[in-house]
Amino acid sequence: MDWLNSIVQGVLVGGLYAMFAAGLSLIFGVMRLVNIAHGDLVVLAAYLALVVTQALGIGPLASLLVIAPLMALIGYALQRWLLNRTLGDDLLPPLLVTFGLSVIVQNGLLEVFSPDSRKLQAGAIETATIPLSPDLSIGVLPLVQFVVAVAMIGGLQALFYRTSWGRAFRATSDDQSTVQLVGVDNRHVFGLAMGLSLAVVAVAGVFLAVRSNFDPSMGPARLIFGFEAVIIGGLGNLWGTLAGGVVLGVAQAIGAKIDPGWQLLAGHLAFLFVLAVRPEGFFPRVQA
Amino acid sequence: MGDLLAISRLDAFYGDFQALFDVSLRVGEGEVVAIVGSNGAGKSTLLKSIAGQIATRPDAIHFDGAPIGGARTHLLLRRGISLVPEGRRLFPSLSVEENLLIGGEHGRKGPWTLARVYDLFPVLKERRNQRSTSLSGGQQQMVAIGRALMSNPRLLLCDEISLGLAPIIVREIYERMPQIIGDGMSLVIVEQDIVQALAASRRVYCLQEGRVTLEGASATVSRESIAAAYFGV
Repeated sequence: MDWLNSIVQGVLVGGLYAMFAAGLSLIFGVMRLVNIAHGDLVVLAAYLALVVTQALGIGPLASLLVIAPLMALIGYALQRWLLNRTLGDDLLPPLLVTFGLSVIVQNGLLEVFSPDSRKLQAGAIETATIPLSPDLSIGVLPLVQFVVAVAMIGGLQALFYRTSWGRAFRATSDDQSTVQLVGVDNRHVFGLAMGLSLAVVAVAGVFLAVRSNFDPSMGPARLIFGFEAVIIGGLGNLWGTLAGGVVLGVAQAIGAKIDPGWQLLAGHLAFLFVLAVRPEGFFPRVQA
Repeated sequence: MGDLLAISRLDAFYGDFQALFDVSLRVGEGEVVAIVGSNGAGKSTLLKSIAGQIATRPDAIHFDGAPIGGARTHLLLRRGISLVPEGRRLFPSLSVEENLLIGGEHGRKGPWTLARVYDLFPVLKERRNQRSTSLSGGQQQMVAIGRALMSNPRLLLCDEISLGLAPIIVREIYERMPQIIGDGMSLVIVEQDIVQALAASRRVYCLQEGRVTLEGASATVSRESIAAAYFGV
């Protein structure tokens, strides 16, 4: 039963990893941009939530009503005025610029908030549990986090395949020169994609901040978790990304169960194993 | 006077390479103009310049009286210039119907709708939920034309729509041209197939090595003069 417990907790944490990964996957899919600052933007969202919850006296989940639109705006502006200038045939400029952005965000947060670790308080929901059996109970907060992750992935999927925005995203991803011939401004679409990505990041940041302590230096590790979930699931497939997050979460939980020091290592090993036996991921994008 | 499109002394470059030299051309309201020439003569470059895919001097190209040279492609579409690109360039991730729908989303309002495109090319209606890449070449070309029509252009530019298609399919597509331009749309067709181009157009321009070497009425221009303009003998 102990093992079952670990696996269930791992699955639920996987939802959080899928949230890290979904935003990353989305912008890579639409514009082939690898955002090295993604993890730091998650942490930035966590700090913004800290400020908003303290200033307005509202709970972390309610603060998303402010944080998600704010991060979306930041994303759109960032893309239109900075990242669009780096896009071209060469993959290096966007990597270098987002790496620089990562350094700036980390040091900016250090300067403003100090290196002390913080946490968001969500109240009673943090310790509430649903007992399933005498030995197994599920935390309400991890469950909410997982349900939100599934809903978000489902929402993104519907957006991509059922709306005109989604058509524009997919067409831009196919051919950003021809898409202008049908009247789509590719630079605007890139801005929308980054805005959407950072709205997802905002949700991930708030759940991260409620779940554990956070400090300015923890962004890059979240980036790695996101990358690993994307690769395990298969590039360009959102449900695959959710599966990738779950695989990573379960591997870490099992590793931690064997030896607490093995938690991260087990996740990385699972990732390397998938990369070795199935480099295209479990659910690669269907090729046309 | 009354020209929808007027190009004067247009030079166009790919980097340091000059592809068009001093090209002047006009297209009247509702007129069909053909542009012929051999490979590398600059035909596609000319269409790309008109559609905003290649930067040019602003006053080199006037559309409906306004200078549009070098304007951005998506804005030109909103003003009524639509290009059917060489090689069709459909969106492989989108179904046939989605390819058509995205064509109409940012264009002008007008007579062309999904239903009317399906009337024009009934085979597309049968295949509307398929991936665009699963169609035959001719059907893909119909999607590309339909996608451009969905934006209700005032000026439709067609780049080598017969390229790589069987002659019977080419004839089938050209037979629909009267329906396409029925509402007074202007049309520029770029073709290597001279017979087809002359039959479908009112006036013809011949390009050779980036220069206009012949201009005339399609009905009266002689084979010999075209051959001379084509090969520069």
